Amino acid sequence: MEIGLNHYLVLSTILFAIGLVGVMRRKNLLLLFFATEILLNAVNIAFAAISHYYGDLTGQMFAFFIIAIAASEVAVGLGLLIVWYKRYGSIDLDQISTMKG
Amino acid sequence: MFEAIAFYLFAFLTITMFVITVTTSQALYALSALAAGMIFISAFFFILGADFLGVVQIIVYTGAVMALYAFGMMFFDTTREVKEKQGNKFIITGLSALAAVLVVVIVAAPMFADNIRALYPVIEGAGNTQTIGMVLFTKYLVPFELAAVMLLVAMVAGIVLAGKKMDLSLTLMSATEIDEMNQNMNKKVL
Amino acid sequence: MEKYLYIALFAPLVSSLFSALFTAMPKKLFTGIVASLLIFTAFVSSSVLLGHILSGGEPIHVTMMTWMATGNLYIPFGFVVDEVSVTMMMVVTLVSTVVHVYSIGYMDHDKGFNRFFSYLSAFVFSMMVLVMSDNFAGLFIGWEGVGLCSWLLIGFWFHKESATWAANEAFIMNRIADLGMLIGLFLIYWHTGSLQYDEVFAVAPTLEHSVLIMIGIFLFVGAMGKSAQFPLHTWLADAMEGPTPVSALIHAATMVTAGVYLVIRANPIYELIPHMGLFIASLGAFVALFAASMALVNRDMKRIIAYSTLSQLGYMFAAAGLGAYWVALFHLMAHAFFKALLFLGAGNVMHAMHDELDPFKMGGLKKIMKWTFIMMTIASAALAGIFPLAGFFSKDTILNVAFVEHSYIIYGVLLFTAGLTAFYSFRLVALIFHGEDRFKLFNIHPHEAYKYMLWAMSPLLILAIIAGVFKEPFYEMIIELLPAGEFEIHSHLIEWLMIIGTQAYVILAIVYAYKKYAHNRIVVPDGTSKMENSIFYKILYNQYYIPYAYEEYFVKPYRELSTLFWEKIDLKIVDASVDGIAKCLYDAGDKTRNIQDGNLSTMLKWMVIGVVLLLSLAVIFGLVAQNSDKIMVILSNVGVI
Repeated sequence: MEIGLNHYLVLSTILFAIGLVGVMRRKNLLLLFFATEILLNAVNIAFAAISHYYGDLTGQMFAFFIIAIAASEVAVGLGLLIVWYKRYGSIDLDQISTMKG
Repeated sequence: MFEAIAFYLFAFLTITMFVITVTTSQALYALSALAAGMIFISAFFFILGADFLGVVQIIVYTGAVMALYAFGMMFFDTTREVKEKQGNKFIITGLSALAAVLVVVIVAAPMFADNIRALYPVIEGAGNTQTIGMVLFTKYLVPFELAAVMLLVAMVAGIVLAGKKMDLSLTLMSATEIDEMNQNMNKKVL
Repeated sequence: MEKYLYIALFAPLVSSLFSALFTAMPKKLFTGIVASLLIFTAFVSSSVLLGHILSGGEPIHVTMMTWMATGNLYIPFGFVVDEVSVTMMMVVTLVSTVVHVYSIGYMDHDKGFNRFFSYLSAFVFSMMVLVMSDNFAGLFIGWEGVGLCSWLLIGFWFHKESATWAANEAFIMNRIADLGMLIGLFLIYWHTGSLQYDEVFAVAPTLEHSVLIMIGIFLFVGAMGKSAQFPLHTWLADAMEGPTPVSALIHAATMVTAGVYLVIRANPIYELIPHMGLFIASLGAFVALFAASMALVNRDMKRIIAYSTLSQLGYMFAAAGLGAYWVALFHLMAHAFFKALLFLGAGNVMHAMHDELDPFKMGGLKKIMKWTFIMMTIASAALAGIFPLAGFFSKDTILNVAFVEHSYIIYGVLLFTAGLTAFYSFRLVALIFHGEDRFKLFNIHPHEAYKYMLWAMSPLLILAIIAGVFKEPFYEMIIELLPAGEFEIHSHLIEWLMIIGTQAYVILAIVYAYKKYAHNRIVVPDGTSKMENSIFYKILYNQYYIPYAYEEYFVKPYRELSTLFWEKIDLKIVDASVDGIAKCLYDAGDKTRNIQDGNLSTMLKWMVIGVVLLLSLAVIFGLVAQNSDKIMVILSNVGVI
């Protein structure tokens, strides 16, 4: 069976949905970051697939830059998480809701 | 035909791994499943002929990012089970499914799918890496340099946020001062 | 010449604005002096304009600026100085100057001294706009302005409940009449396409008779309210709650004559509908008698004079209704002089008697207040129509008009009323100034008014005596504009009989009044005498129970209706719906506040909900855009587009 662009896009959407589930469900901040990684990877697949099926390199470049950004985001995010953990001693979301509006 | 088999196999594996990531209660399992998922995604990149991207995915994502997460996990002592108060499962799954369906509808609509034109077409003959190199250092030079600066900033930020005793500088202190400091530290232990 | 027009028009406005600067401060004497000087300037300008008109000059038209120019409607702020308006201007500015100077003394101890001059000058300005305007819209602006200033001035002592009630009554009755006048104005515009006097009067003969009658009726309704004709007359007597200078200026000389001025100005229309004129004359004669009858027994000094004003207004309308417009204008002028003089004299008496109004409680004041006595006696004689004072020339001419026009009933009524007028005027004079000093029973120590107030009243005194001289020049001037009519009785014998007969009748009435009220045995009536309990006295004393009827049958039900509307509809429906909307918004805000609970997980869920919403919008828009032509077809079939 011929694998077309739509297959890849459907796959990407499914992975994105899984990522959304993780984002909404996870109460531990570190595990929340894992779910964010899933979201970014799903989008990367979509970009690469479109790039392949339309013969355009823009998709791959975009995916490339997304990887770079994701890496720096993880670095800074973990740094902040460490600081928070040292201050409050917990990274459970339910216990760190101090900005109640 | 091989492509189809590879696609479906890796698709199945990726989805399984990621589902484990989001549903398991053990943090270690989540980490391992995430790393595995990253590797399988790079397989997709290879299928799609984006060799450079696939390699970068393995090196950067699976290698660097996952290592960072592993260190972070060690720091937070989350090797044990994570107790989480669960929200309403149906809302969560329902919302995600709805989002997925909507995106597919949008993307699969002929109106959107027909108007895509290639801006930077692939040059036949050259390998993927070479092509990426050519585009990256000409058309995308400025974003490239900016990304470099951003990585530098992120690195410095990470060090500053996580470092201890940042006001001391061992290279600027003389040997006697370092000895004094060590003795003070040892005194405390005793 | 135009600059005199503008000076005469705007000097009172400047005076009013200047005095308005000081309303919050205690009495400042220069406010009164500056106001009086400015009004005097207006008087001088009016005199210059009078000289111009008298020497045969052309009437002066100016168009100051455009008020409305929308579509086919063009209404400018235009002013005209012709024979009629210059007469009115002279009367208004002269009496206003006198009243302003008088008020400096009268309002001497009043806290609202500056405010009084501001209102008074504003009134003069409105009256000038009314008489100088060259279109009906400007007339209406002035009309409303004088109504407003009258309300402000009647209710000047607004802490008194009775004063505010009287002010409201005056304003509301005027308003009811103004509705009629507005309808008249609309009819004029609808049928003639313009509100300018010259254009309307040029087209008037071509209109249908029924239209003319409607216009005449509605304009007269407006005049009825302003000039207090029956049945909108009760406000004039109650308007005496205001300070006496106000009564002198507004309710004797100027505002109440605005109705007469309107009829005189619109004479080309009324010339075409003589039946309406006859109705106006009949109503005027009726009011003359009606008011005089109520003044016979009244025990309030200012009210007696107010009823006499009402009665004389009836005379003016009778003259105008019978087609003798210039006679009405002349009587207006003469009446302004002696009536204002009467009111100002009454003010002196009131001041001296510490605001006591019952003439039965006064008496024998001629020894103490000599000049006031002289002035009031002469004014009353002028009012009664004794030769050679001013009233003789104007009132007797009106009687002649009625006789010549073969309206013998009107003539009879007016003649009888003349006798009543003489009687009650001199009853008042006798009770106040003659007889024994009854005021001593009440421990009042009267004194004469300030010298400058008496000097201020002197021009009016002189004019009340000599104004008859002006009749011929006035006639020569005025028939440039108004229809001529000598109203001469053909037979000299009958003419001399009438004059002598009228004079004898009037003098008899005066003698009778003196006999009854000037002797030393008057007692203050206290409700027990036989006359007080007779039915006629009761009817007359309670003003034919008309105010009572208005209160019971109009005011009370209306108040019930208003309360009903307020409580049931305004509070429960209108306010509730507005408050309901606010409450909905407030509750919505209160509920959505809970979205922000500081929990990142919850907020992430809300973010996903937002993403889903946006995606659905994108899908819907895409579908609509894709099938837009089909959707247009459906909508046009339904009828929306």
